[in-house]
Amino acid sequence: MDFGLTDEQQMFRDMFRSFSQKEIAKVAEHTDKEEQLPPELLNKAAEQGMLGALVPDTLGGAALDPLSYTLMLEEIGKACLSTAAVICVHTSLATQAVLDFGSDEQKERWLPALAAGEAIGSFALTEPDAGSDAQSVSTRVVRDGSDYVLTGVKSWAGNAGIAGLFVVFAATDPKANGRGMSAFVLEKDMPGLKVGHREPTLGLRGATFHTVYLDGVHVPEANRLGGEGDGWKIASNSLEYVQLALGAAGLGIAQAAFDAGRAFAVERKQFGVPIATKQAIGDYFAETVIEIESLRHLIHYAAWLAEQKQSFASEAAIIKVLAARAARNATNRMLQVHGGYGFSAEYSISRLYRDARALDLMGGTPQIQRVLLAQHVFASTGVEVKP
Amino acid sequence: MDFDLKPEHQALRRFVREFVQEEIKPLVKQIDRTSLVPDELLKKAAEAGLFGIPFSQKYGGMGAGETGYCILMEEMGRADASTTAIIGAHIGIGVMAIYLDGTEELKRRYLPDLCAGRKIAAFALTEANAGSDAASIRLKAVREGDSYMLDGEKMWITNGPIADVLSVLAITDPSLGARGGATCFAVETKQEGFSAGKREEKMGLHGSPTAALKFDNVRVPRENVIGKVGLGFVTMMKTLDIGRVSLGAATLGGAQATLEAAMQWAKMRFQFGRNLANMQSIQFMVADMAAEIEALRSLVYRTAWLVDAGRPFTKEAGMCKLLGSEIASRCIDRALQIHGALGFTRDGGVERAWRDSRINEIFEGTNEIQRIVIASELFQEIGVRIRP
Repeated sequence: MDFGLTDEQQMFRDMFRSFSQKEIAKVAEHTDKEEQLPPELLNKAAEQGMLGALVPDTLGGAALDPLSYTLMLEEIGKACLSTAAVICVHTSLATQAVLDFGSDEQKERWLPALAAGEAIGSFALTEPDAGSDAQSVSTRVVRDGSDYVLTGVKSWAGNAGIAGLFVVFAATDPKANGRGMSAFVLEKDMPGLKVGHREPTLGLRGATFHTVYLDGVHVPEANRLGGEGDGWKIASNSLEYVQLALGAAGLGIAQAAFDAGRAFAVERKQFGVPIATKQAIGDYFAETVIEIESLRHLIHYAAWLAEQKQSFASEAAIIKVLAARAARNATNRMLQVHGGYGFSAEYSISRLYRDARALDLMGGTPQIQRVLLAQHVFASTGVEVKP
Repeated sequence: MDFDLKPEHQALRRFVREFVQEEIKPLVKQIDRTSLVPDELLKKAAEAGLFGIPFSQKYGGMGAGETGYCILMEEMGRADASTTAIIGAHIGIGVMAIYLDGTEELKRRYLPDLCAGRKIAAFALTEANAGSDAASIRLKAVREGDSYMLDGEKMWITNGPIADVLSVLAITDPSLGARGGATCFAVETKQEGFSAGKREEKMGLHGSPTAALKFDNVRVPRENVIGKVGLGFVTMMKTLDIGRVSLGAATLGGAQATLEAAMQWAKMRFQFGRNLANMQSIQFMVADMAAEIEALRSLVYRTAWLVDAGRPFTKEAGMCKLLGSEIASRCIDRALQIHGALGFTRDGGVERAWRDSRINEIFEGTNEIQRIVIASELFQEIGVRIRP
C-alpha cells in the first residue's frame, strides 16, 4: 500500500489548486449573484485540461488518472461548487458516456470538441415522472428509416442552458423498463430540440438545469451510443463517475467551509478569548475533520479501483452519501461558528451552505443510494431488495 | 391537568389563522423576492390587534398572555417567517422590556401606541464585539442633567430600520461593566443623533429588516430608564427569556407547515409505481418529524403556562428556543428532501422556509448560549456555578 501521491499527481493538484483559487474562487460570489459562470471561465478551464480530464491526449484530452481527476474536482469544489457541478456534468456524465461507449468514429467526432470546451456536454435522463425511478423514462424513440425520432420531455438536464451536445436517454421499448432504454447524442441545433424553463435554484446558482423538449427530433443512427437497449448501462456508468466526481467536489466544499470557519474562530473573540478555544466550538471542528478525512480516503480508494479497472459501483454510492453528509455538516457547523455573520450575505459561508444542500439531491439522493447499497448487501443471499 | 386551550385562546387561534390565510399567505413569495413586508400588511395586522396580544388591556393590549402570544407566533410561523420576526421582535423583546420593568408612567406613555401598532419597537443589545458575550457591550450613556447622552453602536438589530422605540442597553458605569453598570433605556428613534444603517443582505428572512444602529450623542430623558440604573443587564436577560418561548412557538408553526406540505407531496408523487407515502424511508422521515413536533408543542405550551402562572421558566425557555430551532431546521430539511429536486427550486415554498429557518439557531442567543443557559440552571441546582 502506498498512500502518497505520485510526483505527477502532486503537480496536477498544485496546478489545479492554483488555477481554481486564481480564476474560479475569486469570481464565485459573482457567479452566485449573476446565476451564471463568467463567459471566459470554461474556456480557461479547458486550457487547463479540465474539460477533457479523462479524455486521451490523442483526442485532445488531459488523460488524467482517476485520482488526479478527483484531486481536480476537489480543488474546483473548494473554489466554487457551481463551477464544479458544471464540470462534473460535462466530464463525468456526458463525456464519460462517449468515452466508454462511443465507437472510435464517435469518439473522434465528439471528444476533441468536448475536451476543448467548444461543446459543453449536457445529460438528459431525468423526466418529470422519472426522478429517483430513473429507469422508467417515457421519452419515446421510434425508427424512421435510418433515423430515430425522439419525442418527450426531460427535466433538470444539467448544463442544458450552455450545452452544444446532449446525451439523451429514451425508451426504445417502454415495456421493458430499463432494458428498453437507449442513449443518443443530440446536437443543440437539431430541429425539434428546445431548451425550456430554467430551474431557479436554492444553491448551485451558477449551474444551469433546464427542462428540455424533444418534439420529434430526428437523430441519425450514427448518433446512437452503444447498442439499442444499452441506455441504462450507459447511464449507470456515467452516474457512478459523477458520484465519484461530486464526492470529490463535496470534499472540496467541506474543506473550504472548514478553512473559512477556522479562520473566523481564530479571529473572533468573545469572553476575552478566541472562540476557537471553546470546547463546543472545538468539537465542531473535530467532527468536521472526522468526516472530511474519512471521505478523502474513501475517494482515494475508489479512484484506485477505477485505475485498476475494477468496479467501484458500491464505493461510488457510499462516497455520494458520505460526501453530501460531510459537506452539509461542515457548511452547517461552520455557518454556526460564524454566528450572525454566517447568515449575512457578506460572508461566503451561507453560499457554501446553500450550495452543499444540492449534494443530497444531484446525482442520486441518499435514499436511492441506500436502496442500491441494500441491494448490494443482500445480492449474495438470494433476497431481492426492491426500491 | 387540562391540555385544552381556554375558549378565548381557541377563538384567538381561529382568528389569527384566518388573518394569516387571507392577508399574509398571498404575499409570502413577494415578501421574500422584494425583501419587504408591505406597510399595508403591517397596518392590517395592527388593526387586527396583533401587535399587543400578550399585554394587559390596561395598556391597550389584548390580554391574551404568553399562551395567546405563542398561539399568534405559531400561526404566523406557519406562513411567513419574516412577518413573524417583525411582530416577534416587537412584542417579544422590544415592547416586553418596557412591559416587564418599565415604570407605570413609562408604560402609560409608550404601551398604548406600541400595542396598537402605531409605533414599532426593537430590542438593541448586540454589538460588533458583544454577540454571545453580551456583557461586553460598550455603548455608553453619560448623565447630563436630567438626561443621559447615548453614544456608540449596535449591530444586527431586528426591526432597527423601522422602529420608533428601542429598548437599548448602555453602560452607565464603566467601572462596573455590564453587570451592575449597565442600564436599559427606552429610546425614541426620532431623537437627533440616531441613525439606522442600511438593511443587511441575508440568506433568508429577507422581509425582516436588520441593521446596525448608530447613536451619536442621543439625548434620552431620565424618565426613560427601564428598570433600575445599573440593573439593565438583568432586564435584558429577563426579556430574552420570555422571547425564547415565543420563538419556540414560531418554529413550531414553521415545522408543522412543512410537515403538512411534505405529506401532501408524498401523497401525490409516484415513483416505482407507488406514491412516496408508501416508501418506508419516507414514512420514517414523516414519523420522526411528527414525533419531534409533538414534543415541541408540549414543551412550548407548557412553558407558556409556566410564564402565565408566574413560575420560574428560564431553563424551559432556553429549551423552547434550542429544540424549536433545531427541530424546525431538521423538519424543513426533511421536507425539502421529500420534495426532491422540486424542493431545491425557488418556485416552491420549502426552499424559502429552508433559508429562513437557519437564523433561528443563531439569533436571540445562539444555540450554544442556550445550552450554556440550560446547563447553568441545571448545575446551579446542585451547587455548581459554571462560566461560559
